[in-house]
Amino acid sequence: MKKQTVFFLVFVVIALAIVPLFMNPGSEFGGADGEAEGIISEVAPDYQPWFSPVWEPPGGETESLLFALQAALGAGVIGYYFGVKRGQKPA
Amino acid sequence: MKRKNLFNALWLLLALVLLNIGVAYAKPEQMHIMEGFLPVGWAIFWFAVSIPFWVIGFNRIRRTMTEKPESRLLLGMTGAFAFVLSALKIPSVTGSSSHPTGTGLGAILFGPFEMVILGTIVLLFQAILLAHGGLTTLGANSFSMAIAGPFVAYGVWKLLKGRTSDNVAIFIAAALANLITYVVTSLQLALAYPDAVSGVMGSFVKFGTIFAVTQIPLAISEGILTVLVVNALKNLNAPELKSLGFAGAK
Repeated sequence: MKKQTVFFLVFVVIALAIVPLFMNPGSEFGGADGEAEGIISEVAPDYQPWFSPVWEPPGGETESLLFALQAALGAGVIGYYFGVKRGQKPA
Repeated sequence: MKRKNLFNALWLLLALVLLNIGVAYAKPEQMHIMEGFLPVGWAIFWFAVSIPFWVIGFNRIRRTMTEKPESRLLLGMTGAFAFVLSALKIPSVTGSSSHPTGTGLGAILFGPFEMVILGTIVLLFQAILLAHGGLTTLGANSFSMAIAGPFVAYGVWKLLKGRTSDNVAIFIAAALANLITYVVTSLQLALAYPDAVSGVMGSFVKFGTIFAVTQIPLAISEGILTVLVVNALKNLNAPELKSLGFAGAK
């Protein structure tokens, strides 16, 4: 793959994430749990969830900490893999 | 970049923006079924469906690790790819966020059963630590993300391989794996919550249209990211890809 193509593809991925921000100025871009619940309660008004999460992050900050941790761990492993392979490749 | 390429690129971008505007008014939705939100019977049913895949997947992974110990690191990297992508809640056109799944890569490189296990581990992590998805809904969520997704990716990849360029085949396989995850989730919700008037189909359309729209741009992103990773692998580690039977490796 040519370098230009790679740059272009990366640009498209970034654009796909940024463009929506300008299209929905009033939105908070929530995970929309509430809306899923909304539809369910519309179709089945009597439904009661019968099990709740064993543990929930106490708040948004802790939750974003854990999500950041998840992404960082994954990215670390990917970076390690490519680093090792790069080092093994004959110059 | 050649002028013609730049021109094509601008057209593609314009098309994407138009697509975005066209779907901007649909309602948002979340990917995994929340804890406790599947009636007991359905929760058990989806566990029963998923368990055979887990058993086979577990054996496949163990076999791969003993027969090709050199591929352990790649297996770890593939899992990490799904791990990262699942953590990235990317803003989508509908004004809500959703995330890619990253399951196409492992299915293409190793096979669908290996990816079943990796995907389920990601779901388990998110269910326990993040209250995202759930333990009672793990069977259903793993069927959609860790079973349906990888199998679609694998099937599409096998079908298109050799008929078009590798990159196009990988892109379509990974993007469809992402989309099918949401289609299956909608179907699971529709089966559990059929519409009083229009039944399961009516409910499916209700959940499905919402899901699909939010997900299209993310499916495109996921397809592109998977193509980029496979190309990086081809550059650095072609022999190992070949030993896994990845025919695209030179």
